Amino acid sequence: MTIRRFLRLLPVVPSILLLLLFLLAPVAWSFYASFTDAALSGKAARDPQWVGADNYVRMFSDDSFPLAAWLTVVFVAASAVLGQNVLGLLIAVLMTRSRRVVSSLVGTAVVAAWVLPEIVAAFAAYAYFNRDGTLNQVVDILGGQGLDWLYSFPLVAIILANTWRGTAFSMLVYRAALAEVPRDIAEAALMDGARGWQRLVFITLPLIRSSIATNLMLITLQTLAVFTLIWVMTAGGPANASTTLPVLAYQEAFKFGDIGYGTAVASVLILLGMVFGAVYVRLLREQRP
Amino acid sequence: MGRPMKLAGLTFAVVKPAAVKFAAMVSVAAVLVAATSCSPTPEAAENKTLKIVYQKTDAFTALDAVMQEAKKEFEAANSGVTVELQPIQANDDDYGTKLALAQRSPDTAPDVFYEDTFKVRSDVDAGYLLNLDSYLAKWDDWSNFNDAAKAAGRADDGSIYAVPLGTDTRAIWYNKAVLQKAGIPVPWQPKTWEDILTTARAVKASDPNVIAFNMYAGKGTGEGTVMQGFYELLYGTDSTLYDESAKKWVVGSQGFTDSLAFLKTLYDEKLAVSPAEALDANVWKKVFGEWFPQGKLAATVEGSYTPSFWQKGGAYEWAGYEQDMGVAMFPTRNGQDPGGVSMSGGWTLAVGAKSRNPDLAFQFLSTALNKKNALSYDINNSQIAVRTDVASEAEYLAANPFVKDVSDLVAVTHYRPATADYPRISTAVQVATESVITGKQSPEDAAAEYDATVRKLVGEDKVLEK
Repeated sequence: MTIRRFLRLLPVVPSILLLLLFLLAPVAWSFYASFTDAALSGKAARDPQWVGADNYVRMFSDDSFPLAAWLTVVFVAASAVLGQNVLGLLIAVLMTRSRRVVSSLVGTAVVAAWVLPEIVAAFAAYAYFNRDGTLNQVVDILGGQGLDWLYSFPLVAIILANTWRGTAFSMLVYRAALAEVPRDIAEAALMDGARGWQRLVFITLPLIRSSIATNLMLITLQTLAVFTLIWVMTAGGPANASTTLPVLAYQEAFKFGDIGYGTAVASVLILLGMVFGAVYVRLLREQRP
Repeated sequence: MGRPMKLAGLTFAVVKPAAVKFAAMVSVAAVLVAATSCSPTPEAAENKTLKIVYQKTDAFTALDAVMQEAKKEFEAANSGVTVELQPIQANDDDYGTKLALAQRSPDTAPDVFYEDTFKVRSDVDAGYLLNLDSYLAKWDDWSNFNDAAKAAGRADDGSIYAVPLGTDTRAIWYNKAVLQKAGIPVPWQPKTWEDILTTARAVKASDPNVIAFNMYAGKGTGEGTVMQGFYELLYGTDSTLYDESAKKWVVGSQGFTDSLAFLKTLYDEKLAVSPAEALDANVWKKVFGEWFPQGKLAATVEGSYTPSFWQKGGAYEWAGYEQDMGVAMFPTRNGQDPGGVSMSGGWTLAVGAKSRNPDLAFQFLSTALNKKNALSYDINNSQIAVRTDVASEAEYLAANPFVKDVSDLVAVTHYRPATADYPRISTAVQVATESVITGKQSPEDAAAEYDATVRKLVGEDKVLEK
């Protein structure tokens, strides 16, 4: 019996080993390093010392950390949970009711942003929001006064950019989910006199709730980790106004060479991801109504 | 870039206590390998390879040219030795990071590399640099280096670990045509800060579209903010950043607040660029590539390497710079002695402490820094020569019309404190300038916040109240 069970596991052993080596190992190392004063240069680079929880204590006396944590939460809530998720659902629902030409045109436009490599999308967004960029040119034509978006509203700009880039994913997930909703239930509701929004809220959404939870989990974790987009657009500035935790961790570890503190920030980011993950997993497990 | 962003995607790996210990061991190697490029193959006794790491960008190819030349010379003289050039395309900050990551493992550490002078001491502490004393004693050319240059590669233990390629100074660069249009006689040499403001206001009054006097500020321009801006102000008051004799950081000085106030005046009166432009990391490209050549900028503080951008083969070729541009010493606040201020940095070549062939590595270093190569580097990169035999060469003195002006500034120049804390302190200064020019804080508040940051960074026992 145990042998058969072992044999059944055999095919996945290589992938488990690879996961351990390339995913768990760096996480474990980063967690370990966060308790040392490891550095890129200076005495601590030669011989890192165990400093206990010093890095974590410093985090809470450092003004930039609470700000970065708050900005990360705002960024994730606004661009992933609200932006990508709601917009993706809305587009998917509208597409089921629109003509085929319209829906394929819209679908192509939305997916285009998703197809772009992250660095290209980031440069495109930078060029759009830049002082001499597309947005200001349009504003000029309309007779308005252009603004320096990346300077005056850095967080809004990166939220919009991330929403633009990521909506396609949610849209695709929801299109697939909506296609699975049995027509007869919706028709039955129609017969009972349910209006359009009532059918959406009371019939469709409960039926696709597991897709919603899966989608939320994936895009939340993806957005938590967004680095390139922010680094290219604002590099965390001005004055830390768009420094999220990944940007802060990068700056601390590689700009200031303080690997210990940088990995401590990264560890908190991992914990934050775990909290979000746990919430969504719970949501998935709950009984359907 | 980008290790931290990947970390966040890994939250679903199931953590088993037993696996962690094993993983921690493997991972040190795994992370290092992933973070740096790895290549070395075991080398046969007679077939040796030297790995050379340096910086190369679209605006900085002078060193690459020297390295190519040195490789040719060196391989011709040493058969069986291959020189592998590995230029890193990155800005100064990222170059330093990539170099440090490569140095963490003997497998990836370079044999010879390009190293910023202000990082020498902390990298010696880290055990990255080889002590060169015994090699230099046998190298005849060493006596041709001037004393200040020899000190640039000296660590706290008194030994030399790096040999400088050249040095630089900072000065006011001004467009003569723009100043003359505003009725300012050239050559122009302000004697005090007030002189700068008077001239800038006159330029602004005659043509509001011209940027009258720019000084970098904010975190966007990084070290440029402090080296070509704030320190010229601070060191021209009677204050300083770091007390070298007490080995303590200065806090609470009036000079610091006054320097911030000067920047505030420049930006508030719109004599400099807009704060949004100042915070753009690419603003310097506009200074060299657009504003000076197009006559939209009257004056700014920049390095002695400025002509390298405009001369033939430079990133922003501009034939008219020799006639149109002028250079002036940055004045002390009230014109007090020594009358001017400048800042110096510079880069060196060093040998890796983990090099498998230190003798050959030093030999390559001495080839790259011989008189011929040093001369061509100093000319092409507009560096101030550190070899006395190069400095007296007619070709060097005639490289551009400003060689003498900027070389004379060595008499009034200052160096950054080369301690391991320095990069963070520098950032704290940049943050203070950013808060002031964006109007977020008054100079007094920004200075107070700087003081608090410094105290937190280095500890109470390493600050000095002035």
